[in-house]
Amino acid sequence: MLSDIRPAIVSTVLFTMLLGLVYPLAITGVAQVAFPYQADGSLVRDAKGDVIGSALLAQPFAKDEYLHPRPSAAGGNGYDPTSSGGSNYGPLDPRLAKRIAADAAALRASTGHYAIPDDAITTSGSGLDPDISPDYALLQVDRIARARGATPQAVRSVIEQHIEQPFLGFVGQAHVNVLMTNLALDAAVPKGPSRPA
Amino acid sequence: MDPRGWGEILFTIAITVALAVPLGAYLARVWQGGKTWLDPVLKPVEAGLYWTFGVDAKKQQNWLAYSLSMLAFSIASFVVLYLILRFQNLLPFNPQGFAGCSPDLAFNTAVSFVTNTNWQSYVPEATLSAFSQMAGLTSHNFLSAAVGIALAAAVTRAFIAHRSEGLGNFWVDLTRISLYVLLPLSIVIAITFVALGEPQTLTGHVDMVGLEGGKQTAIMFPTASQEAIKQLGTNGGGVFNANSAHPFENPSAITNIIEEIEMNVLGYACVFAFGIVVAARKDARALVAVMALFILAAASIVYWAETQPPPAMHAVHAAAQVNMEGKEVRFGAPSTATWTAFTTGASDGGVNAMHDSYMPLSGGVAMFMIQLGEILPGGVGSGLYGMLVMAVIAVFVAGLMVGRTPEYLGKKIEAREVKFAMLSLLIMPMSILGFSAVAAVLPDALKALEAPGGTPHGLSEILYAYTSATGNNGSAFAGLSANAPYWNTTLGIAMYLGRFATVLPVMAMAGALAAKPKLAASGGTFPTDGPLFVGLVVGVVLIVGGLLYFPAQALGPIVEHFQVLRTVAQQH
Repeated sequence: MLSDIRPAIVSTVLFTMLLGLVYPLAITGVAQVAFPYQADGSLVRDAKGDVIGSALLAQPFAKDEYLHPRPSAAGGNGYDPTSSGGSNYGPLDPRLAKRIAADAAALRASTGHYAIPDDAITTSGSGLDPDISPDYALLQVDRIARARGATPQAVRSVIEQHIEQPFLGFVGQAHVNVLMTNLALDAAVPKGPSRPA
Repeated sequence: MDPRGWGEILFTIAITVALAVPLGAYLARVWQGGKTWLDPVLKPVEAGLYWTFGVDAKKQQNWLAYSLSMLAFSIASFVVLYLILRFQNLLPFNPQGFAGCSPDLAFNTAVSFVTNTNWQSYVPEATLSAFSQMAGLTSHNFLSAAVGIALAAAVTRAFIAHRSEGLGNFWVDLTRISLYVLLPLSIVIAITFVALGEPQTLTGHVDMVGLEGGKQTAIMFPTASQEAIKQLGTNGGGVFNANSAHPFENPSAITNIIEEIEMNVLGYACVFAFGIVVAARKDARALVAVMALFILAAASIVYWAETQPPPAMHAVHAAAQVNMEGKEVRFGAPSTATWTAFTTGASDGGVNAMHDSYMPLSGGVAMFMIQLGEILPGGVGSGLYGMLVMAVIAVFVAGLMVGRTPEYLGKKIEAREVKFAMLSLLIMPMSILGFSAVAAVLPDALKALEAPGGTPHGLSEILYAYTSATGNNGSAFAGLSANAPYWNTTLGIAMYLGRFATVLPVMAMAGALAAKPKLAASGGTFPTDGPLFVGLVVGVVLIVGGLLYFPAQALGPIVEHFQVLRTVAQQH
């Protein structure tokens, strides 16, 4: 056992440096050179260069002219990247039933449709899910079109272009990135200047 | 449920097992000190490391010396990690200026990462500096995995030994596995992950003003480098609180399937390597079959259960096709079900959805997979030696049936070996059921529950926590607020027991086996490479797990399942 003391201490220190500093810092170096956009968190900037979000993080959209994300349980008010996580409500938790009932009623009022896709009334695991299902996205077409003073077809076509299909056709699920689609909507279907939202 | 979903589950399992075959062949060469194509670069590094450690690489150790070296290393790495976490405020790369961790949190986290559990009582993005993430956690993701694989190599050597003691050299195994296996694979995977969208930066946080003017602060870390080894080494500790549900840790279905493959491929590869070293390839294939069958069954049950959503979704007449609470849209039910089986069958514990919000039977299956001993295919290395314990019990049971001294791979299995095997098996239920029973009646402990008091779901949260800690898994019913002295301390002890108290009897068994002569198979040898043996091992695994844990499961997930059925029935 005594003969193990030196190798134990020396190996811990050397491996900590090799695997805990050299390895991650080397990967950081390569990543920053080869894939700077991804390595810095897929940040999206506006024309002035200010960061308006990350393509990978949900942000709270509430205005009628934008696609809305899923409800979020990250942080006190949701969508907080400093406190990612889900509701952790069990399937019979009364708080789950109460929240779902409220969200379902609000959704029917805002879309004007009776249908409710599952992802529209549930919080994600991360609370930062950047995507919604194509069903949920298309359900919002009429509301967005009304708010933008545009035809539903124009809005629908932008959303349909942003539906990402499963990998190899069967791994994962089809989804629509909310932020990127909203940016595309602003570009392709600008809000009519004279019409109230 | 749809055919695409079943396709995804089967495809993921098949590709993982297929990739484990060549990886196992490579691993066998590393265990045996054979040549690899990385030798020109790594041989000098390897020799330099032995020289600075002051160890003689040719010196063989018996089971006790090997275990003591392993313990000495684990203690040293525990102390270093504890100090890093406790005093991160004094260390570099702390852009957010986080304080040092509290003593009980630093204890819990250090035990957690040294035992390959990676249970996390804290919210990483609000607690840890980039230095703690890298030097503290990333390095231990490698080392705890290398320790597991080293122990598996030692146990493997017991099956080729012929009246001898030597099980290899711990320092050599630790070094070779880290340098030749874990590091090169992690480099390739980490760079792939960055290309696929995972952040890799020392910038701590970025302030953002959204399209509607809302403010958010994005937190980043060197994520990809940790994610790669987190899954490969079946560690599972999240860079972020939401673990691999977080889009930075797992941005797409492609990263998701790579991470799933990583979680299980080394576990299977250890078994294939065992088959090559011991010259028992068919026997190894039988063990792999047992593992893959359990994974397929678990994924199937979770997929079925998660497509029967909770009553609340039926009540509002939603589409109610999938229980999306706690799940990500890009993954959906099949990716989540596959992941759940992979992470609980291995001792990974990373999650891509919140287990606390699963339907009762899914949560029960997740727990059950861990309770079966983390052998399906288990933590890297620990899965192999855990499964060998089951195989020993299985041949013992078969021997009892025909009244003949059982043999496994040319080694007679006698009273001594079976006692050690059973001792190793019994530590886990003792810790899981004992700690859970105490917590269930202790008012101080019950305050941590998310579920409303007195519900089966509350018991599930407790049971899951001690199951996960003892099984060195690390996943959680995350509603439990475990960052309190009582939970941090008891869970820390459970993790220690689950790792070290279970492996020491296995090493003793290996020592006893090594000292025996290696016998040639005879006409009376029970075949351990066919479907009959696969069935026998499946039975032993199920009976051991089922009998021990069924009563506790019945009071938690199972009764909750019937509550769900009743609630749905009342709605109609």
